[in-house]
Amino acid sequence: MNAGVVASRTLSMLGRRLLALVPLLVIVSLATFSLIFLIPGDPAHRIAGEGATEAQVDAVRSDLGLDQPYYEQFLSFLGNLLQGDLGTSYTFRTPVWEMISARMPITVSLTLVAMVFALLIGIPAGVFAARRAGRWQDRVVTVGSTLGLATPNFVLGLLLTLVIGVKLQWLPATGYVEMAEGFWPWLSHLLLPGFALGVIAAAEIARQLRASLADVLRQDYVRTAVAKGMLPNAVVWKHGLKNALMPVVTVVGIQTGYLLGGTAVVETIFGIQGLGDFAVRAVLAGDLPAIQGMVVFAVIITVAASLVVDLTYGYLNPRGESQ
Amino acid sequence: MSVLPTQAVVVESPRRRFLRRFAGPWANRLALAVLAVWLIAAVGAPWLAPFDPLAQDIEARRLAPFTDGHLLGTDALGRDTLSRLLYGARVAGLAAITSVGVGLLGGVIPALLAGLLRGWWDAVFSRIADALLSFPPLLLALAIVGVMGPNLTNAMLAIGVVFVPRFYRVVRAATLAVREETFIEASRSIGTPTHWVLRRHVLPNVLSPLAVQISLALGFAILAESSLSFLGLGVQPPDPSWGSMLSEGRAAWFYTPWPVIVPTVAVVLTVLACNVLGDGLSDSVGREKGRA
Repeated sequence: MNAGVVASRTLSMLGRRLLALVPLLVIVSLATFSLIFLIPGDPAHRIAGEGATEAQVDAVRSDLGLDQPYYEQFLSFLGNLLQGDLGTSYTFRTPVWEMISARMPITVSLTLVAMVFALLIGIPAGVFAARRAGRWQDRVVTVGSTLGLATPNFVLGLLLTLVIGVKLQWLPATGYVEMAEGFWPWLSHLLLPGFALGVIAAAEIARQLRASLADVLRQDYVRTAVAKGMLPNAVVWKHGLKNALMPVVTVVGIQTGYLLGGTAVVETIFGIQGLGDFAVRAVLAGDLPAIQGMVVFAVIITVAASLVVDLTYGYLNPRGESQ
Repeated sequence: MSVLPTQAVVVESPRRRFLRRFAGPWANRLALAVLAVWLIAAVGAPWLAPFDPLAQDIEARRLAPFTDGHLLGTDALGRDTLSRLLYGARVAGLAAITSVGVGLLGGVIPALLAGLLRGWWDAVFSRIADALLSFPPLLLALAIVGVMGPNLTNAMLAIGVVFVPRFYRVVRAATLAVREETFIEASRSIGTPTHWVLRRHVLPNVLSPLAVQISLALGFAILAESSLSFLGLGVQPPDPSWGSMLSEGRAAWFYTPWPVIVPTVAVVLTVLACNVLGDGLSDSVGREKGRA
């Protein structure tokens, strides 16, 4: 099949996927807007915070349009959203979008380091286990990944910062340094939190890759490749891996969302002031615009990740019709 | 004469086949044993705990295990770690059961309707489930806790909402598969009411994939509850939860590591047991197939 056909198929798939996003985003924004109904009592009181004067509460009420009918509130919420206006945070007294864009590089760095850890650990472990399926090496990887899946981020993060950061002092225990101040200072601050955040994803990748690669390695064309004298390593990496990667790509897509949620915990432990820390502060303060902004932002990232995953399927498996 | 009994041995009942496959691996039996121990700890905490989990004892701070009747030592405020662990098991168990219950309530009924009736029921419910699935789970729970206020009940509800679309997907897929079976068609053709078909024929067949999801969900619920409590968004101090024990214990970690180590082991062990149980169930239910 020539590249042109694949490209046009990919484009039409992309078009269909983007179209399907419209109802999804409408429901998501309705759900996000509806968070306000979950606030017990008078929302304006809760958002304005404890000890707010009556005038401040009234200001919040008219500011958020809480005195308008619900459908008008939703329409203006949707309108603002479409213009990229996520409202103003009451605790930080800054537009939510400004907060998010200021903190985004930090969390993106953290998530990237975590994902690199996940791939660097998960892929070799999965390949190793699949090539020795049924033997003790396979068992070791399976037990390790099961254990990795069961270890909460905060447990691992706490142990890492206490043992490696504070006691042994091999790596910085807390804080974040911008890349402008040097690559190593930047990376060294992200290694521990990145590892704590990435282990669950690594375990999931190892598990999925082991299962799918073990399957692929039993196929006839792999046997043919081995029979015609291809080196075992070349068979695994060239024939095996490309065909076994689809489930891994799916996991990477799903884990992006999980990582974003995990940053809330990991950033709190490591004292990193990224989006996760912002989310936790917003939640502790009951800061509705900030919470809604974070949720919308997280959904957009998750949806974008799943779109990228679908496009990758087209590359990995050009004959497959995408759903 | 003696032909029939022989045949009965060859044809294994689904229940016996499940038990044989599930009880085989030692990991499954161990996981069940771990969960059983926690269940006993959770239910029996008021009788099993040697001390009041909230009682502070200035004279008995930071004790090592096995001193003065404190089997697992005490924390920086002199509270008995074992008692807090047992009461923490109660919180974890309660959180797991409640949130999975919320997830089942919100997910299973729409899924059965969508799978059986198809049409716009399916379209509407499935779009809502898709939308809910695009929220990162922990962040969705955080958002709900954020607006409703931080406490254990709200945390459990929030985690339950996370499960709704996941249970929905599994049950809907299983229902769609069962729906095509001839015995359902036969039953519907003689005019059996929908709710009867659902309860009598569809639900039993949907239970096995659901059981797998439930045990994985129990593990996630315990993980999420301890994470939220660790962040101060679940159980409020001074009440013990494994997550809050960890966050309170970390300041004094160098002097007494036990208040950190004990809940760590508890969380990891329990989540591990739930995951192993889920994997074991998914290997043991359904039709016979080769293991990868």
